[in-house]
Amino acid sequence: MLLKLELQSNPEALCLVRATVERAAEVLHFQDAETRAIVRSVDEALANVLRHAYGGRPGLPIEMSCSRVEPNGQKAGQGGIEILLADKGVPVKQAELKGRPLDDIRPGGLGLHFIHESMDEVEFTRKKGKNLLRMVKYLSPSSQAAASEETSKCR
Amino acid sequence: MQIAARLATGGTILDITGDIDLAHSPAMRKALLQEIKEKKTPKVFLNLEKVRYIDSSGIASLVEGLKASRDMGSRLILYGLSKTVREVMELSRLQKIFEIHESEAQALAS
Repeated sequence: MLLKLELQSNPEALCLVRATVERAAEVLHFQDAETRAIVRSVDEALANVLRHAYGGRPGLPIEMSCSRVEPNGQKAGQGGIEILLADKGVPVKQAELKGRPLDDIRPGGLGLHFIHESMDEVEFTRKKGKNLLRMVKYLSPSSQAAASEETSKCR
Repeated sequence: MQIAARLATGGTILDITGDIDLAHSPAMRKALLQEIKEKKTPKVFLNLEKVRYIDSSGIASLVEGLKASRDMGSRLILYGLSKTVREVMELSRLQKIFEIHESEAQALAS
């Protein structure tokens, strides 16, 4: 595991999480556009927890962890990042997990669309009273090549 | 996030600085709707040159502003979109719905 964060449902924390996830993605050799996609997905997922699972109530717990997906994992040859989010809010309704049609021009409902467009794997489950979200992004072949050449971007 | 307003030819420029996310999009929404609906400004220019990040709640606020401007018969004009903001616009498939310009000079001349 790269990192584990215990957060509270405070919108002001989102900028800190974005900065943290951005650095984690850079360390794993994701390119700029891929890093932005990962950051966007985590931010939107957390915003959904704050707004929908916790109904805007502050101070409620959210757990987030980031792990390196090893190149010999499920998708052979490609490493990546796995992000897990867990909250104790109201259950996510399955019907709401698809987002809305984009040709319907109105405010709201875009967050899930952003997540699905930005990540390679997105999986919602509910276990033991918790909403669990698992998101995976794989390194593109060019990012993978850079990752193979350089062992660590931590300075 | 900070919002500053200044007068421009035929309207008002709102200079936005920082991140437009769940914590800050309500403030932008309020400023935008105030300019469009209460002050009835004919042209509202949104300067996004110093916006590092925008999320779906920020996009929702922009859509609300656009709808309000259409209802009022005024114009909402965006300019100075960073790569991050442009990507989110494209993901939303909204880049053709909004009036978007590269620079302030182009926006003011439109």
